[in-house]
Amino acid sequence: MISVNGLTRSYGNFKAVDDISFTVRDGEITGLLGPNGAGKTTTLRMLSCYLNADKGSVIVDGLNSLDDSLKIKQMIGYLPESAPLYGDMLVFDYLMYIAEVRGISGTGRIEEVAEMCRIKEVMHKNINELSKGFRQRVGLAHAMIHDPQILILDEPTSGLDPIEIVEIRNLIKELGKKKTVILSTHILSEVEATCDRVIIINRGRIVADDRTEALQSAAAGDKKITVRISGADFDTVKSAIMKVNGIKGVVRVADTSLTAVSISVSGNIEVRPDIFKIISSADWVLYEMKQDQASLENIFRELTIGGVNETV
Amino acid sequence: MKRFSVLHAIIKKELKSYFNSPIAYIVITIFLVFTGFFFFKDFFYFNQAEMRNLFQLMPLMLCFVIPAVTMKLLSEERHSGSFEILLTLPVSTQDIALGKFLAGTIFSLIMISPTLLYLITLMFLGSPDFGPIIGGYLGIIFLAAAYTSIGILASSFTKNQIISFISAWAACFFLWLLDKMVVFFPSKLGFISYFGTDYHFQNISKGLIDSRDIIYFVSICVLSLMFTVKAIEERR
Repeated sequence: MISVNGLTRSYGNFKAVDDISFTVRDGEITGLLGPNGAGKTTTLRMLSCYLNADKGSVIVDGLNSLDDSLKIKQMIGYLPESAPLYGDMLVFDYLMYIAEVRGISGTGRIEEVAEMCRIKEVMHKNINELSKGFRQRVGLAHAMIHDPQILILDEPTSGLDPIEIVEIRNLIKELGKKKTVILSTHILSEVEATCDRVIIINRGRIVADDRTEALQSAAAGDKKITVRISGADFDTVKSAIMKVNGIKGVVRVADTSLTAVSISVSGNIEVRPDIFKIISSADWVLYEMKQDQASLENIFRELTIGGVNETV
Repeated sequence: MKRFSVLHAIIKKELKSYFNSPIAYIVITIFLVFTGFFFFKDFFYFNQAEMRNLFQLMPLMLCFVIPAVTMKLLSEERHSGSFEILLTLPVSTQDIALGKFLAGTIFSLIMISPTLLYLITLMFLGSPDFGPIIGGYLGIIFLAAAYTSIGILASSFTKNQIISFISAWAACFFLWLLDKMVVFFPSKLGFISYFGTDYHFQNISKGLIDSRDIIYFVSICVLSLMFTVKAIEERR
């Protein structure tokens, strides 16, 4: 378990992280979400014992990061932002070096992580010559080489192509079943795809901290359902649908050939079965029914942009 | 034991990265060309089977060469950001400084070791007195270690390798110059020469191995490494 209490860090006059507190339970994938410059990297750097906090403490399994940083560093695998690896080394040599420093002997473990991160074909290339995706994966292999309980990944998918992103996300999810993972990102869909829990940071402060589903349903508020049918005009459709419980309004949506409506629904009431029954009993043809997935994006925008506007 | 293997890993990595880059070979070549030239320039003229000439030259040569060896040790890590990786490995700052220091010193000694061929030349040409030669090489080891520690300290301050080189060179050159400047000072300040590297090196290279000279070099190393650790910690 990681508990962070009142963590504060300034660079000169700029408060990068301002009194952040949270706890991460074992086996949880936590996403640190925030716009660029929100203090994500600084927070992770303090968690990984790279930076010292000005105030506050990081306690990992009962060990304080100030007194037992060496022990904590053994438990943590850390991938810094944009993987600043030793460019002039071969991938294999690099992993060997990390393994040696971490007291792992033999090449068995190196082959294992190379397999996991799919870097076998670049083992004998210079790190400088790697593409960003491979570099990032070597960084991931470096973080996992000692099979740590805790993985801290700073923007693990930045600079990767879409296929690599999916691969890395799956890998993180796989790892998250057994390990505690903390990752940072400014991409919302990443959090929705991988994390059990989200901590949204803005201007060095935590503005939201909850399970991903909880935040999603909080964002839900008003749902929107778009329906496209043929066989009826807008007014008939509207009056039929308005009879369903929980419908707040029906609006016409421009469409060339079909009748399209956008239905707003309040709260978490599920109205789609009712709408479908109306349509099928009236003998209309349903081409499309789409519910806008309640996304974190709204919450994120509200919390972070609101924060920026305050001071502008 | 754990600590030893960490140091071993760091030293191995640093030496490997020295010899994987052309800079190592350039520095070694320049060093050998210059020392070779200055050693043999007057060698046959004096017609003496001794290496005093080389040992007189060495402190000044090393002033230029060792900063070139040490300039990248910490500056490059800072510059490329790999410091973040190094400092999040379970390695204490002391071991980082010590490992890099030992790697730099070992590299410098590898660079100097071909000068032993001059000794073989001497043994063919005459019968040299081994006392001063052994003392001289011992002095070179201490001197190289002291300069390397100063170089690492300079390298810990900046991410720019050129600044690192120049400040290390200036510090080493100043220490070399110190006992030569004493003539300009009032006689009360004569003790200043005790702070000069060359003063102590010349003592050892005469074949007089005195604890005072050894303590001088060892304390330069210890002090510089202590400040290096401080400088690394300061940036956290």
